[in-house]
Amino acid sequence: MSTISKRTLLGLTAVAAVVGLVGCGKKEEPKQAAAPAAPASAPAAPKAEPLKAAWVYIGPVGDAGWTFAHDQGRKAVEAEFGDKVKTTFVEKVPESADAERVIRDLAAQGNKIIFTTSFGYMEPTLKVAAEFPDVKFEHATGYKLAPNMGVYDTRFYQDAYLSGIIAGAMTKTNTLGFVGSFPIPEVLRNINAFTLGAQTVNPKIKTKVVWISTWFDPPKEAEAAQSLINAGADVLIQNTDSSAVLQTAEKNGKWAFGWDADMSAIAPKAHLASNMVYWGPYYKKAVGDVMNGTWKSERTIWGYKEGANGVVKINDAVPEDIKKKVEEVKEGYKAGTADPFKGPIVDNEGKERLPKDAMPDQAWKDKVDFFVKGVEGKVPTGK
Amino acid sequence: MDTLALLIAATLASGTPLAIAGLGLLINEKAGVLNLGAEGMMLVAAIAGFAAAFTTGSDIAAFVAGAAAGALLAAAFGVLVIWLNTNQYATGLALSLFGYGFSAFVGVGYVGQKLSERTAFEVPGLGQIPFIGPALFRHHPMVYIAIGLIVVAMWFLYRSRAGLVLRAVGESPESAHALGYKVRWIRLLAVVAGGALCGMAGAFLSVVYAPLWVEGLVAGRGWIALALTTFATWRPWRVLLGAYLFGGVTMAQFALQGAGVNVSSQLLAMLPYLATIVVLAVISRNPTWIRLNMPASLGKPFHPGT
Repeated sequence: MSTISKRTLLGLTAVAAVVGLVGCGKKEEPKQAAAPAAPASAPAAPKAEPLKAAWVYIGPVGDAGWTFAHDQGRKAVEAEFGDKVKTTFVEKVPESADAERVIRDLAAQGNKIIFTTSFGYMEPTLKVAAEFPDVKFEHATGYKLAPNMGVYDTRFYQDAYLSGIIAGAMTKTNTLGFVGSFPIPEVLRNINAFTLGAQTVNPKIKTKVVWISTWFDPPKEAEAAQSLINAGADVLIQNTDSSAVLQTAEKNGKWAFGWDADMSAIAPKAHLASNMVYWGPYYKKAVGDVMNGTWKSERTIWGYKEGANGVVKINDAVPEDIKKKVEEVKEGYKAGTADPFKGPIVDNEGKERLPKDAMPDQAWKDKVDFFVKGVEGKVPTGK
Repeated sequence: MDTLALLIAATLASGTPLAIAGLGLLINEKAGVLNLGAEGMMLVAAIAGFAAAFTTGSDIAAFVAGAAAGALLAAAFGVLVIWLNTNQYATGLALSLFGYGFSAFVGVGYVGQKLSERTAFEVPGLGQIPFIGPALFRHHPMVYIAIGLIVVAMWFLYRSRAGLVLRAVGESPESAHALGYKVRWIRLLAVVAGGALCGMAGAFLSVVYAPLWVEGLVAGRGWIALALTTFATWRPWRVLLGAYLFGGVTMAQFALQGAGVNVSSQLLAMLPYLATIVVLAVISRNPTWIRLNMPASLGKPFHPGT
């Protein structure tokens, strides 16, 4: 009897050890280990206490998509500030009670600014922010502010619109396919912008949407892409995190786009362009503001104008006049004259959502809950 | 019609990895060993297979590497639970978590890498038949091998002497031991074979189905395969049926969405699991069914000489 319980105990210890190793997955940059030694070797240096900044990631940094892009931003901060900053990140943090623990832990470790990079971290971040008034918190893609918590986002839909222009020019079946994650305003904006962009060059465009109810499941993304191709779509785009849709298009001899990262090398034949997001500029600004004591709690949404988005590596097969059109819209974004949702915007049930020539404000964009004309089907609702 | 043919084709491809992994786990469980490490084995095999395909360009090498990786992990699991009598549930869970971390660790350099050009497969002659051709005869050979494996397993488990011994070990290891069979070695063989099959399923996902490597690629299919063995009440042909059903529900849901039909994707996504629970509830209500199908010593350690 006692042997068995000992063995069981051993087994459980092994589990615990593995959980500890794998589950937490906290990584610190090697730089950090070296940093504390520096003042000892150079005692003359005046208090070179680096600013500690931390990032909380939803996925692994190796996802080649969303989290990878955030980590590129973190590296940009390191490159910009060098010894003046000490960065840490925790990856694969679930949007559960674990998130709160991880964020609190990072705050307790003396990080002065903490970036939480997924929508589901909103409440945990808010809660921990109330406990650490001296620490600044920055939450990506959310909408709730606190005196020491700001939110930031980028204008993905600006990219999606440009991709739509390219897609509209390249489709032969007049059918575009969109692999969606969840029907939230952010994703609906991208679907609508993509369709509106395509309609500027090809008014007959239809967009088919398939929801997969996850951000990351490569085989499922591939299945959804395949079903869109089966339904006649010949240009695909996705709002999910892997390159599976692009690779499915390559396999079937269709077109598709990269999302969040440059995916041109993965499917050179199918790749029309990659929709990029650059978090670096904002991270550098936020960290710099904390250093200078000028940090403010606000909502910041950056796009082309601030260098936070970009459609890159456009395929050579795309006609020159289309490339030129894309460049023109990019210039318009930078000048603030172009907006994918400039009126008139009509939804796919014929209702006018924005009158002709009206420019949408942020509140309008926050509440997008419909498909524009040209998108097939209905937005799934819980009702 | 074309849409239906393509839907059938997608269903077969989607069900194949589930069927192969489910069959592997069924063989484990028929021998009395429950391996919750399927997800981990499939992940490690997926990266092993992807790496092999990436370096050699050969699908055969990829499946051999995947099967070997799965078998190796399963062997380690087998030694732990069969000889050291560690708790099967805890050890299996540990294997899943280990596999997740380990595959991510060794796979870092393969993220975003691209396999060489895949050739399209087609059964000569049959592939050109309208409707039936695109639906049934234009698949990767593994899709047909999976069906073959199921048939072989049916024959092996229920028509061969070795299969009878394997089932005896799962039903009553004491009796098998008393008859002079080496219970532990037979269990180890079953576990290794199951691991190899899970490994082939993992390699199919990363080399043929996705085809790419990213951390967490298997995304829960190991757990579906585990549910599948129960869903199938430990019958090989029902594993195949269940795998196609699970795959088919997903694909039908996507096809409906693509056709513009307004269905709740969340509702359809939960259907396979709901079906598993219903089957569990039904078979658990009837003690005879349980006794007939569920290996009586499933998950119980065996100590010879006690």
